[in-house]
Amino acid sequence: MEITMRSLWTLIHGMGFGALYLLACSGALVELYRFTISAAPAEPTPGQERFLKGYMFAMVVLAWAAVLTGAYVIYPWYRAAAPPGTADLSMFPQRLLMSSPTTIDWHSLGMEWKEHVAWFAPISITMAAFVVIKYGRDLKHHRQLRTAVLSFTLVSFLAAGIAGFFGAMINKYAPVQGGHTLQLSHGEEK
Amino acid sequence: MNTSETAVSPSTSILPNGSGVAAILAAGIGSFVLAVLAFAGDKSVAVKSSLVFYKPTGALSGVTTTAILVWLFTWGILEWRWGKKTIAAGRVIAVAFVLLGLSLLLTFPPVVDLF
Repeated sequence: MEITMRSLWTLIHGMGFGALYLLACSGALVELYRFTISAAPAEPTPGQERFLKGYMFAMVVLAWAAVLTGAYVIYPWYRAAAPPGTADLSMFPQRLLMSSPTTIDWHSLGMEWKEHVAWFAPISITMAAFVVIKYGRDLKHHRQLRTAVLSFTLVSFLAAGIAGFFGAMINKYAPVQGGHTLQLSHGEEK
Repeated sequence: MNTSETAVSPSTSILPNGSGVAAILAAGIGSFVLAVLAFAGDKSVAVKSSLVFYKPTGALSGVTTTAILVWLFTWGILEWRWGKKTIAAGRVIAVAFVLLGLSLLLTFPPVVDLF
């Protein structure tokens, strides 16, 4: 069993940071929704408050890690230009997708949307985390802030979901591959 | 924008909402700047070229770096102006929502292609 370095980075970006962020975001949405719809939210214990603040901070780290690895590690491999006359485009995912009318929209719609919409996730969740961390239990006095934090967190979730969906599909049709090969295990012949 | 100094009684410790409102509006502005730059880069080769800060990533590097700098700068200014005040939050948050909605629209390729 082996994996290439580029595939490993894609895995870290998508499954490590992106998918974990989506999971964390769904949990945060439930908690923020419960907190927001209540006219008089229950007072959290200091432990619960600390946990929520740490949870939001972890989400900020995951969101920024996902977009930064995506834009500065994987995207350059994705958009690499193929030398003129290259017949095998498997090492040039963008060119591979654009070479066929059955796959071109995975780039022109999927990647073109994903590469920009993904950034709304860290911007929105950074704001949400700042408000939660700054106000803590005092947030129960600010219904409008709670509603805004919930809404921006929802947009963050949607943006990350769009980016994650297209990332997975693009990597299915034109995987980012190459680089050093890492041997994970040596199988035995049957 | 209507603002007033915080009226906090000694018996309560309610934080003024200005800091939160500043963060919300700044997030809306930052998102909108990102969307406008992405849109402009798609429509103009000159703009696209000027946004290439890091060649391997192309114009995306300039779009996102500029938007993040504008976002953080705006946030800093708003925090400085509103951080210790209570703000009439409804209208400001509504503006932030509109900016965020427009940002989502402006980054959706079929909408971009309409122009």
